[in-house]
Amino acid sequence: MKKKIRKLFELSIEKIFLLCGTITSITIVLIILFLFREGFGLFKNNSIDEDYAIVVNSQNPINSLTSRQIKNIFDTDIITWKDVGGRDENILVFRTSDFNDYLARDKSGNDMQYISSVVNDIVKKNSNIIAFIPKTLLPKTFEGKVIDIGKIQVKEVFIGTEWLPTSQPSPLFGLLPLILGTMWVSFGAILIALPFGLGVAIYIAEIAHDRTRKYIKPVIELLAGIPSVVFGFFGLVVIVPLIKETFNLPVGETAIAGSIILAIMSLPTIITIAEDSMRTVPRSVKEASLALGATHWQTIWKIVIPYSVSGILTAIVLGIGRAIGETMAVLMVTGNSAIIPTSFFEPVRTIPATIAAELGEAPKGGTHYEALFLLGCILFVITLTISVVAELVSSNKHKSPF
Amino acid sequence: MKKTILFIVVNVLTLNFILAQKIKGSDTVIPLIQTITEDFLKYYPESDMSISGGGSGVGISALIDNSTDIAMASRKIKLDEKNRFNEKRLIVVEKIIAYDALAIVVHPSNPVNKLSRMQLENIFRGKITNWKQVGGKDLKIVVYTRETSSGTYEFFKESVLKHKNYMSAVLSVPATGAVIQSISQTAGAIGYIGYAYLNKYVKSIKISYDGINYFEPTYKNAKNKSYPIVRPLYLYYTKNKEIYVKKLMDYIFSIKGQNTIKTIGYIDLINEKKD
Repeated sequence: MKKKIRKLFELSIEKIFLLCGTITSITIVLIILFLFREGFGLFKNNSIDEDYAIVVNSQNPINSLTSRQIKNIFDTDIITWKDVGGRDENILVFRTSDFNDYLARDKSGNDMQYISSVVNDIVKKNSNIIAFIPKTLLPKTFEGKVIDIGKIQVKEVFIGTEWLPTSQPSPLFGLLPLILGTMWVSFGAILIALPFGLGVAIYIAEIAHDRTRKYIKPVIELLAGIPSVVFGFFGLVVIVPLIKETFNLPVGETAIAGSIILAIMSLPTIITIAEDSMRTVPRSVKEASLALGATHWQTIWKIVIPYSVSGILTAIVLGIGRAIGETMAVLMVTGNSAIIPTSFFEPVRTIPATIAAELGEAPKGGTHYEALFLLGCILFVITLTISVVAELVSSNKHKSPF
Repeated sequence: MKKTILFIVVNVLTLNFILAQKIKGSDTVIPLIQTITEDFLKYYPESDMSISGGGSGVGISALIDNSTDIAMASRKIKLDEKNRFNEKRLIVVEKIIAYDALAIVVHPSNPVNKLSRMQLENIFRGKITNWKQVGGKDLKIVVYTRETSSGTYEFFKESVLKHKNYMSAVLSVPATGAVIQSISQTAGAIGYIGYAYLNKYVKSIKISYDGINYFEPTYKNAKNKSYPIVRPLYLYYTKNKEIYVKKLMDYIFSIKGQNTIKTIGYIDLINEKKD
């Protein structure tokens, strides 16, 4: 009887664990599905807000414009129609805001028909006009021409170099500067963290006395427990001015500042994993090396490091993973300019920082919101690739070079 | 026993219903509303307020969905938002409660002390890149802005850049405090902050929109409208809740309320013509 009860008990526990596992897996899959659905919804949207239209005079030969052209026209960087393939005529830009001022004077501003007729008149009178107006204001018998804008294009997003998500009339979602910025900062971080991390790992695993190790290890692990905001603030008030002074730069908020902070933050990961793998080198192998007359240093260089190389690689990959996903500290020190980085001494904008800074006020379901989700998807793909690589590398662990 | 509990529950619910007012919206307006409501609660201790941020757009959407009683906004309600109120047959009431001046600030060591709107536009759009070009030292200009989600970012774009886009190379920082911190440690920096945040670590410069008369961002200049970069701060509520929010609104427009606004660095409406 007792046995039966115990068996039943164990069986139910097993089922509960199975359930937990299933729920977790399903949740993760659902989150990923949600992420991708929201992210790729971006390409279903028009390049300008659905409630608005871009109109020109009916005599104008232009039928369609790209979002970049629209942005440049409304920024007055393109000033003649000739530059976009039209007539040799200066462009007259007209926005709703110009209009609101115009109306408030004489009428209440709520009379839709009156506003519509004014729109019609303005567009009819000026042959060189381009106007950005809400669709609700378009009169039924409109005597202008609505420009064909089209959907947001995959190509424009992935190789676009301008990130202007709130630009009106036509937001630009060029992701390239953000992706490259993220990679650049993480690359710098790993370049700094790697020699340091390995040095410390070798020291702790091979050189330090037991007593020293007892003190050093907890201190390094403590580093992992410091909140990233604290790192960010430290970076902003200490590292940023320091970099500015040392390299005599006009501005201290640069990619290198982000890299240094990220390097410090990924050190505990790198050190702990690398050190663990170095300590798994069998004593007999090391003793054999020493017995053959190799010095301590030769043993480390020729035996310990090659033996634990897969562990070290895992450490590096996980360190990069930590750096790529980091948000707050980077947001505070890199300056967040959405430009393609050309050196370490320029401001950059990373993907996580962009999401954190902008998601708060991006209207739910809008194009900006979906573009931020798309950024999330890209970040997910990057970190997923990294974890897969880490998995592959560490599964080779036991194929030792001996 | 059951009756007593029911009584208490009903009481608590109705009490909350009557007194708790939810105010939501622009982060720029929050410090102002916070201070005012603190004073207000001294006079009406039985009231209850809950204030939350999220931005002007968030506040107005919440008002449309009836999840807030008052929306704070640092910009005027947009046409499409107004349409959504119309669809729900709600009449929205707009009140300007104060004005906020934006100061253009540079590093204290910068010898430049005045700029025209055109020069500002060119600096923020990347057409002017060295202080030499506007009468300063041979020093690269480092432009700081707020994040794109900020109402201040939009207002600056609208007022100074005339709706044109900032250049991509601007450095964006998440909060006004961070703008001040960054500008105070960067010799070539320029940025904008609310007048209430001006302090000795940054230098404000005189601004002109007509290119002839330059004005400093002072209380006096902002009050008499000679300083050009001034924006109204709004509260919105729906007509059907007017009675419900009247006490608070009356307090805000009272001399006492307006004086509080003045002391915390915003521009009050005293002696202002009512529209």
